[in-house]
Amino acid sequence: MTDLFAKFQPQIDLRDGLLESGVTDPFGLVMERVESPTVAICNGKRTILLGTYNYMGMTFDPDVIAAGKQALEDFGSGTTGSRVLNGTYVGHKAVEQALKDFYAMDHAMVFSTGYQANLGIISTLAGKDDYIILDIDSHASIYDGCALGNAQIVPFRHNDVEALDKRLKRLPPEAGKLVVLEGVYSMMGDIAPLKEMVAVSKAAGAMVLVDEAHSMGFIGEHGRGVVELQGVIDDVDFIIGTFSKSVGTVGGFCVSNHPKFEILRLVCRPYVFTASLPPSVVATAATSIRKLMDSADKRAHLWENSKRLHAGLRQLGFTLGTENPQSAIIAVIMPDLEKGAAMWEALLNEGLYVNLARPPATPAGITLLRCSLCALHTEDQVGEILGMFAAAGRATGCIS
Amino acid sequence: MPDRQQTFARVLEQIQPFNKKGVEVTEATRFAADLEWDSLTVLDFVANIEDEFDVIITMNMQAEIENVGQLVDALGKLTAGK
Repeated sequence: MTDLFAKFQPQIDLRDGLLESGVTDPFGLVMERVESPTVAICNGKRTILLGTYNYMGMTFDPDVIAAGKQALEDFGSGTTGSRVLNGTYVGHKAVEQALKDFYAMDHAMVFSTGYQANLGIISTLAGKDDYIILDIDSHASIYDGCALGNAQIVPFRHNDVEALDKRLKRLPPEAGKLVVLEGVYSMMGDIAPLKEMVAVSKAAGAMVLVDEAHSMGFIGEHGRGVVELQGVIDDVDFIIGTFSKSVGTVGGFCVSNHPKFEILRLVCRPYVFTASLPPSVVATAATSIRKLMDSADKRAHLWENSKRLHAGLRQLGFTLGTENPQSAIIAVIMPDLEKGAAMWEALLNEGLYVNLARPPATPAGITLLRCSLCALHTEDQVGEILGMFAAAGRATGCIS
Repeated sequence: MPDRQQTFARVLEQIQPFNKKGVEVTEATRFAADLEWDSLTVLDFVANIEDEFDVIITMNMQAEIENVGQLVDALGKLTAGK
């Protein structure tokens, strides 16, 4: 008998080797208690959270929690059904209305996760003879959306407008084309030159989808993302987003002004053949989205935090993913996996949680410590975080 | 020089910067197994090949191409009309 697990042996060996060195398993952390969007108890120790994507700190917002409790009381714990059968409650329509209002768009479709939103929309929109042109550093959910569908897949070099333009021009002019971009790339925290990319895509007759998972709520005047910041929101055809970052719960969505958008509810398999979100989740999401519309102060504070951490880490001598702070993600580049794991553990011992990210999630085979800031991190906490990075960096020899 | 040989020579030129182990490259050389390229190296190499030949090699086509000879064949077809 062939053991179907044989193909995983390289990963098993890599993991065993890492754990044998005595380092704590960086992918086995358990949060024992969560005190706030910025603090949890891990291994009995108070730990500042700097790797949760909880950008706007909505997870403990009293209005959000109250809305969830009320929905749990009124509508029960789950829908036990697909959106197109018994799984659409008033709450699902309400959260879709909140999204339409938030983005000022005509249509909104809510999926059970952000991953499923990309999976569903991308695989359904692009058919067999169509082309999907995507950035090489696209998120796994985008690649998986491509793999689920039958379209022809054309990747181009990360954030390279010329590479995109050249490929668009080589494709048959009459073919259907979907260009897939992200506002913020989650590994390095860099933003895309959407203004130029959307322009060349439109010139080539392509439809454009932008994943704004990591920008919703704080980039752009109304928090609509990099598309808003760069003034191209009216030129993009689809925006994909998630409830599991700034919104503070779970779920995914697509918003669009396309007049025929609603048909997707019947033809998109990852929408149809799965259970809809529980009533409490859509109630918390709707409340949170409406509050995010009016969060200019929190946005400003989040940017301050991001700038201060970026400048502070650079000053300590760390290599960062971007020259300047472009989002609420700051990637600290590690020389290798062993050093990265050691630094991750040293930070945890200091009382700080960040994400250890490594290939294949990261580009170019690098290991990095990814930090994502929250609007509720206080000035003191950012100071504390920098102190922890200094101590852990020196202890592990990452900085001198 | 016949077209196919010319294409092979141009492909060879594109392979060299990524041929870190100095593997002797023939038409039978496999990208993953012999050159030991990971998926990121493949993406970079394909981008260069696309620009060199002014073609598109979709990921769907890439899945069918395992060795250098198959790439030369595919490029022959892609550039046939040019």
